[in-house]
Amino acid sequence: MYKFVDGIPIYLQIVKEIKGAMISGKLKGGDKLPSVREIAEQYQVNPNTVQRVFMELDKQGLTYSERGIGTFVKREPGLLEDLKSEEAAKVIENFIEEIQKLGYSKNDMLKALDNAWPKGGEQHD
Amino acid sequence: MIDIQGVSKSYQRKTALNNATMKLEQGKIVGLLGPNGSGKTTLLRILVSELRADSGSVSIDGEKLSPALKAHISGLTTSDFMPAGMTIQEAADTYESFFNDFDMERFHQLLKEVDLSPDMKIGSLSKGMKSKYALALAISRKAKLIVLDEPLDGVDPVAREEILRLISSGFSQDSTLLVTSHLINELERLLDEVYFIRDGEIRYIGDVETIRAEKKMSLDELYREVYRR
Repeated sequence: MYKFVDGIPIYLQIVKEIKGAMISGKLKGGDKLPSVREIAEQYQVNPNTVQRVFMELDKQGLTYSERGIGTFVKREPGLLEDLKSEEAAKVIENFIEEIQKLGYSKNDMLKALDNAWPKGGEQHD
Repeated sequence: MIDIQGVSKSYQRKTALNNATMKLEQGKIVGLLGPNGSGKTTLLRILVSELRADSGSVSIDGEKLSPALKAHISGLTTSDFMPAGMTIQEAADTYESFFNDFDMERFHQLLKEVDLSPDMKIGSLSKGMKSKYALALAISRKAKLIVLDEPLDGVDPVAREEILRLISSGFSQDSTLLVTSHLINELERLLDEVYFIRDGEIRYIGDVETIRAEKKMSLDELYREVYRR
């Protein structure tokens, strides 16, 4: 059973999962999302929660709905890059916050990061 | 909209339910959460007309609950209501003959989802299977209000997950679902709105997603906070 984190609305956690699927390429531009019922069943949540998920994805400009057919991932150039940089910004923000708690300066941090970065060439995906 | 207004019930000198008031909107899954013996089952039995309230009223879409309106409420407060020798199909046929809002096609579909077959004998079902079959029966009716009493009680974690899945896929937004449980964490993901109950007193807590966002805690934590002495 999918584990939700306490204290964060469930619909936002599912939105994050779907964004993750877009970033990893599991969901591509033009792909149809599963139906409300299918997603509700998959996460064992309320169909109303899934409707909130769809509304949120729509609001964030990631999907569009066609009446009676379903909800689709937008085919927009730059959408994936935007999603990636949005996620990266969150990761980096957290990272900076944590590393500052340890009393690191920007230089200390860059040095540590450089040391810790996996050897054997640059990593690309 | 199901409107429960000031419903009270006492057994001899013990108050089982004191001035219970709830508003249940169509399309919502509402949880009534609290420990065993807090009055949950008493309320559900009043809703399905197994018990009479001492005072207060229940109305559906503005009409007072009457024998005619009773037909709009689906609920099973016990799963041992059909003879053990019957098959699931025979039980469903009997059910269908009682309730003309029973959707046999949907029932079969739900059975398949939880790996039950119509030719199984009721007497041979495990507790978890029985719970699933009873739940499938209850939610296959196109009733305005469906009440489920402790659907997760006494079943193993795998069956629990199937039951949650069954409710999330089988719930129709044309009806309202009222679910009781003393297992707060397990049910949280399924609920739109929640009420807590303790010692016969019902308290409206609110929209579950809003609680998660604003209080940054789970319902279980909130329950303990609300009743902290």
